[in-house]
Amino acid sequence: MSGAAAHARLTGVTRVYAGPTHVHALGPLDLDVARGEFLAVVGPSGCGKSTLLDVLAGLAAPSSGEAWFEDRRIAGTVPDGIGVVFQEDASFPWLTVADNVAFGLRRAGLDGAEIRRRVEDALGFMGLGEFARAYPAQLSGGMRQRVCIARTLVLAPRFILLDEPFGALDQQTRLLMGDELLRLWRRTGATVLLITHALDEAAMLADRVGVMSARPGRFIAFVPTGWPRDRDSRVVSAPEFGALTAQLWSHLRPESLRAMGQARA
Amino acid sequence: MSEPARQARDALAILAVLTVAWQGAYEYAGAVAVTPPLGTVAFAAHLLGSARFWEHAAATGLALADAFAIAAVLGVLGGLALGLWRYAADVTEPVLAALYAVPKITLYPVILLLFGLGLPAKVAFGVIHGVIPVTLLTLSAVRGIRPVLLRTARVLRLTPRETMRHVLAPAVLAEIVTGLRLCFSLTLLGVLIGEMFASQRGLGFLIINGINNHDVRMTTAVVLLVVVAAVLANALLLATDRTLHRG
Repeated sequence: MSGAAAHARLTGVTRVYAGPTHVHALGPLDLDVARGEFLAVVGPSGCGKSTLLDVLAGLAAPSSGEAWFEDRRIAGTVPDGIGVVFQEDASFPWLTVADNVAFGLRRAGLDGAEIRRRVEDALGFMGLGEFARAYPAQLSGGMRQRVCIARTLVLAPRFILLDEPFGALDQQTRLLMGDELLRLWRRTGATVLLITHALDEAAMLADRVGVMSARPGRFIAFVPTGWPRDRDSRVVSAPEFGALTAQLWSHLRPESLRAMGQARA
Repeated sequence: MSEPARQARDALAILAVLTVAWQGAYEYAGAVAVTPPLGTVAFAAHLLGSARFWEHAAATGLALADAFAIAAVLGVLGGLALGLWRYAADVTEPVLAALYAVPKITLYPVILLLFGLGLPAKVAFGVIHGVIPVTLLTLSAVRGIRPVLLRTARVLRLTPRETMRHVLAPAVLAEIVTGLRLCFSLTLLGVLIGEMFASQRGLGFLIINGINNHDVRMTTAVVLLVVVAAVLANALLLATDRTLHRG
């Protein structure tokens, strides 16, 4: 069995935390992510969304089942070609914005001129040009998240995983960052998987939204959005947008209720 | 105004306030307690030209260098070890914090009995002043590393060595330098106190000897020189500290 058809694929993946509590966190679940697709994943809190991302990124090994990326099994390490953006600020506070963005390229041993060219390009694309020499502490949360996205972008990943990247930002900043994410997706042609708890964010950004059940998380529905490729945050005013969000909520509501029950128990 | 210019302005302002306070103390208490700023500076300059002063300064410098080196190495290594070994840290941290609250001067007789008069006692006294803060700050630095930075290191496919060098080390370095700065001034304090009470050499001895001989000029001038040296050393460490803490 290989992941030939899909860019990334999970088959029968579970994740169980051993120990006295023995938490069955995830699955068993199957997932095919098509090359170049923008897939959003929503689910009730605690359903294992982040665990799913960890398995796909190679940050956590599945307890059973298989994870594939570009015809190779993901086992224990992050495969080349995968970039991850976390919810928390992951910029290195001791480096300038430019050095943060250049970090991965330097470790990869590229030559100076090429690093400068790529860093400048990524900074410009993310609107960070004039902050190149600033330190993260001097920037707002949204700007720091841009630094982290730029640091991922320069490495030209073919599969970008984002774990609630705008969760800590205010609503307006989130909408604008969503636009930037769409621009980035169009420009790089990368496959994108976005974990989010915000239904509107998923409905606005993705080609397809996967809805997960309460823990142990499985996929209960995949909802295609039908947006054109050159969409932006203005789709929120389209009449279909409300119907789409309502459809996602109708799938999610019973699961969220169940998750609340789990939390109370 | 540029950053260095602002710092120079602040330093001058502090200097002016201190000089006024000093002159005020002289006006209030008279020459039996302190000598006035101008005369003291002149005598301090004279002291800096005498071989006897430098012998004492060298004694203090040696004790301070030994004590600081020992406290810094013990503290940083201890803090790193405790930071990586969670259980030991949970047990040790409250003990260290409690020990730090002990007025260390009360231990001085014990130190003297253990090490005798002279250099070892001064060094030991300096070390017990300086070692705990740097241990605690190093410990909290290691513990305080945000997990997301280590996850980022994995995502960027760093080897364990690269993670140590490019993520762990810089993440804790700034805190450790803050710890070393505290360690330096506390170690100096310990060494000077040691010299004041049971020593025939060093700047602490010169100060206490000046008091015993009613040589107020000597006492005030040595205090001035110690203060200037300590402030300069602190400024140097603080500048490093600021560079590392950035922003």
